[in-house]
Amino acid sequence: MEVINTNKAMYIKRTKKGRINIKSGNKVDLVIKLTILILTLLTVMAFFFFDYTGLQLGRAITETAHNLKVMFLEPALSHFGWGEAFYQVGVTIGLGFLATIFGAVIALFLSFMAAENLSKPSISKTVRIIVAFIRAVPTVLWVLIFAIASGLGSEAAVLGMLFHSVAYLVKAFSESFEEVDQGIIEAMRATGSNWWHIVTHGVLPSTFTYLLSWTFLRFEINFGVAVAMGAAAGAGGIGFELFMASGFYFDLREVGFITYAILIIAIVLELISTRLKNRYFPATAR
Amino acid sequence: MNEKTIRKSRGIATIFLIVIIMMTYLSAVITNFNLAEGLATIPKALGWIGANLIITPETWERLPSILDKLFETIFMSIAATTLAAVVSIFLGLMGSKTTKVNGVLSVISRGVASFSRNIPVVAWSLILLISFGQNSVTGFLALFVGTLGFLTRAFIESIDEASQSAVEALRATGATYFHIVNKAVIPQTLPQMLSWILFMIETNIRSATLVGILTGTGIGFTFDLYYKTLNYNAVALVTLTIIIAVIIIEMISNRIRKVIL
Repeated sequence: MEVINTNKAMYIKRTKKGRINIKSGNKVDLVIKLTILILTLLTVMAFFFFDYTGLQLGRAITETAHNLKVMFLEPALSHFGWGEAFYQVGVTIGLGFLATIFGAVIALFLSFMAAENLSKPSISKTVRIIVAFIRAVPTVLWVLIFAIASGLGSEAAVLGMLFHSVAYLVKAFSESFEEVDQGIIEAMRATGSNWWHIVTHGVLPSTFTYLLSWTFLRFEINFGVAVAMGAAAGAGGIGFELFMASGFYFDLREVGFITYAILIIAIVLELISTRLKNRYFPATAR
Repeated sequence: MNEKTIRKSRGIATIFLIVIIMMTYLSAVITNFNLAEGLATIPKALGWIGANLIITPETWERLPSILDKLFETIFMSIAATTLAAVVSIFLGLMGSKTTKVNGVLSVISRGVASFSRNIPVVAWSLILLISFGQNSVTGFLALFVGTLGFLTRAFIESIDEASQSAVEALRATGATYFHIVNKAVIPQTLPQMLSWILFMIETNIRSATLVGILTGTGIGFTFDLYYKTLNYNAVALVTLTIIIAVIIIEMISNRIRKVIL
């Protein structure tokens, strides 16, 4: 008799009085509802906290509509020629590329330390904490801080972007390493191979394509970041031209041209990375 | 694996490596990047950070005004993300293969998403700055547009992934479009969507700093102000508050994510 009772108790939720709980919902539902509620409340509150200095909404909207029309329908170059435009786009791509490549190399070594199946728990935890700390500082602050030490230029920009790329890639790489079949590592350990052999012959070959795809995804992000760094930290490239065209010359047609240039590169990069994703991460993106 | 395939893959790897090195060299030439100088900068910069980015007792007096701006920034990114998410749900439903109303709307929603995602937030904020002026609304709108594109893409992916069979089952019972969306698609994908929204809030607080520097709002403006007046102690304090805020928000959203996913 008692056995049946305990069995029932396991899958029928009862209130304290012993009644069967007919209210639907569980912890997951509750958390989802609470999160949505809090986000909505914060959003409503946000509009009271805003600083509305000098805002004339009606005029601003019509003006922006007009500006967007000029930008996107009549793009033109006035302060520099096509050759210069290509060169500046090249500079931005170059900055992104350098940060990605150096970031990938550094991240590779750090992620060996961060992956739980390849290193000691204490080391792995330390690396993760450092990485979380680095990621919390916005890239632009890293670039600006490096700019004081090395002067404005590509070094500051690449180093600043490098920090974030390393943090991002360490997370991605170490997660791919942890997904490696434990059997491979065990088998190699049984044959007496040392840590270095396990990494180069067991772990790297089976994760290489993932690492490449992650690196390319980061390159896609870094292109956008490089544009931003050009504009906000004076790192040069097409972002800086964009900043000059909109902030100093107020040349909407040139802004339009630059925006188109950025858009084209970004879409090309996105197409490539979507194809990579479909090929190598069929589980996460279809 | 025989000897031939090993040799072949080794050949491909070598070519790949050479191409990468050449591209790195090319990028370094274009951008005037000097590796030796760059490496030398790192210890110099770290030394500088250690020597100058120190929070002195006097700077603590600035904390209230910094926190004020920080909260403005956090609110700005939450509001931008939440409102963008609401619009993105509709765009996502239009754009997804399983729930689209018709082909034209699907193409339009995907187009809007791609357009707003691929133009960087920087460009949006500079464009909006021209007519909206220096205030929170500019930053809010810039973040809103960028988030809209990203979330729409993420939502389309999660809707496509999750709800195929449930949608079919409901359609077989003769449920209307509204019923299908409300009872099958939304409940199934809501945790995934919420996880994306939380991720976007984290990202947006970081981007808000950047947008703030450009548009003169929020914590970014405070940072820029102290940076340009060479008040590095205050710069350190601003950076510290941003780090703490980002880490706290990351921890909260990781908690939520653990429960709902």
